[in-house]
Amino acid sequence: MDWHSAGIIVVIALVTALTRFLPFWIWGGERKTPRWVLKLGRALPSAIMGMLVVYCLKGVEVTHLSGFLPEVIACAVVIGLHLWRRNTLVSILGGTVFYMILVQTVFI
Amino acid sequence: MRQTAKRAFFDTVPVMTGYLVLGFGFGIVLYANGFGLLTAFLMSGLIYAGSMQYAAIGLLTGGASFLTAALTTLMVNARHIFYGISMLERYRGVGRRKAYLIFALTDETYSLVCRDGKGVAPERQRDYALLVSLFDHVYWVTGSLFGALVGKLVQFDSRGIDFALTALFLTVFVEQWLSMKNHLPALVGVLGSAACLIIFGSEGFLIPAMLVITLFLLLKREEEEDGLA
Repeated sequence: MDWHSAGIIVVIALVTALTRFLPFWIWGGERKTPRWVLKLGRALPSAIMGMLVVYCLKGVEVTHLSGFLPEVIACAVVIGLHLWRRNTLVSILGGTVFYMILVQTVFI
Repeated sequence: MRQTAKRAFFDTVPVMTGYLVLGFGFGIVLYANGFGLLTAFLMSGLIYAGSMQYAAIGLLTGGASFLTAALTTLMVNARHIFYGISMLERYRGVGRRKAYLIFALTDETYSLVCRDGKGVAPERQRDYALLVSLFDHVYWVTGSLFGALVGKLVQFDSRGIDFALTALFLTVFVEQWLSMKNHLPALVGVLGSAACLIIFGSEGFLIPAMLVITLFLLLKREEEEDGLA
């Protein structure tokens, strides 16, 4: 690892910590947290998780079948597995192995 | 204390499996891009944010500037701000452990510490949160090191392994969907992001998406709200 890479890692670590500490610095004092902040705090986690799923799938290409079909099928597998077993490991591992098989052997 | 530790351990087993697999994937991908055990250890120990670490591999290999790295981190990790907001009350007055609790507040740790540990005495809830945070951190570092090590020792085709991250978020999403009565925030998150992706393209859609989602959730009327179960 060279110095530039080390620097990049430090920058990412610091900014990541900043995103985690910021709300506590701004609203963590003795005074009461504003209502709108608490309201956001309740609704945001599931909205953000939806956003992250979209973020992960941003690379799909709808112009050809192999550009999106592996993702669509593997996502369906993850959802199906999770509804069936409701076990995080089974869902993640099953979906990932399935996706790897798809992109390595079926949709080349 | 032993009772609290036991509870924390059993509650983190799903995270352990997820983190070992995802951390393993990260270590493998990292190694495939020319970085070794030390990098894996430093990144997982100090950054400790899964999606950002995967994104960081691109920044490292692409020779990105410090500014680009900082801005990308800000965008990918902006959601932490919202986790923090919903943990303000819970982490109020937890004392010296607070800095570590905040540092270690990942998506999965959040999903466990945003509620009370079942069967844990009220005065032990802080220890419970600390142990959950610590256990999860150890799983993540261990998984990454293991992945980098295996990447070094075993040759195998790792194409597609980064889908583990998609699968993780999707699993948490489904889990939240099942445990909440009000699905509007989840739908706003998916549809708002998808709309912004189509309008702004894959490079610059995160910030508009976050703005749209935040505005919508702020403006909607406060009714039939429920927290994470």
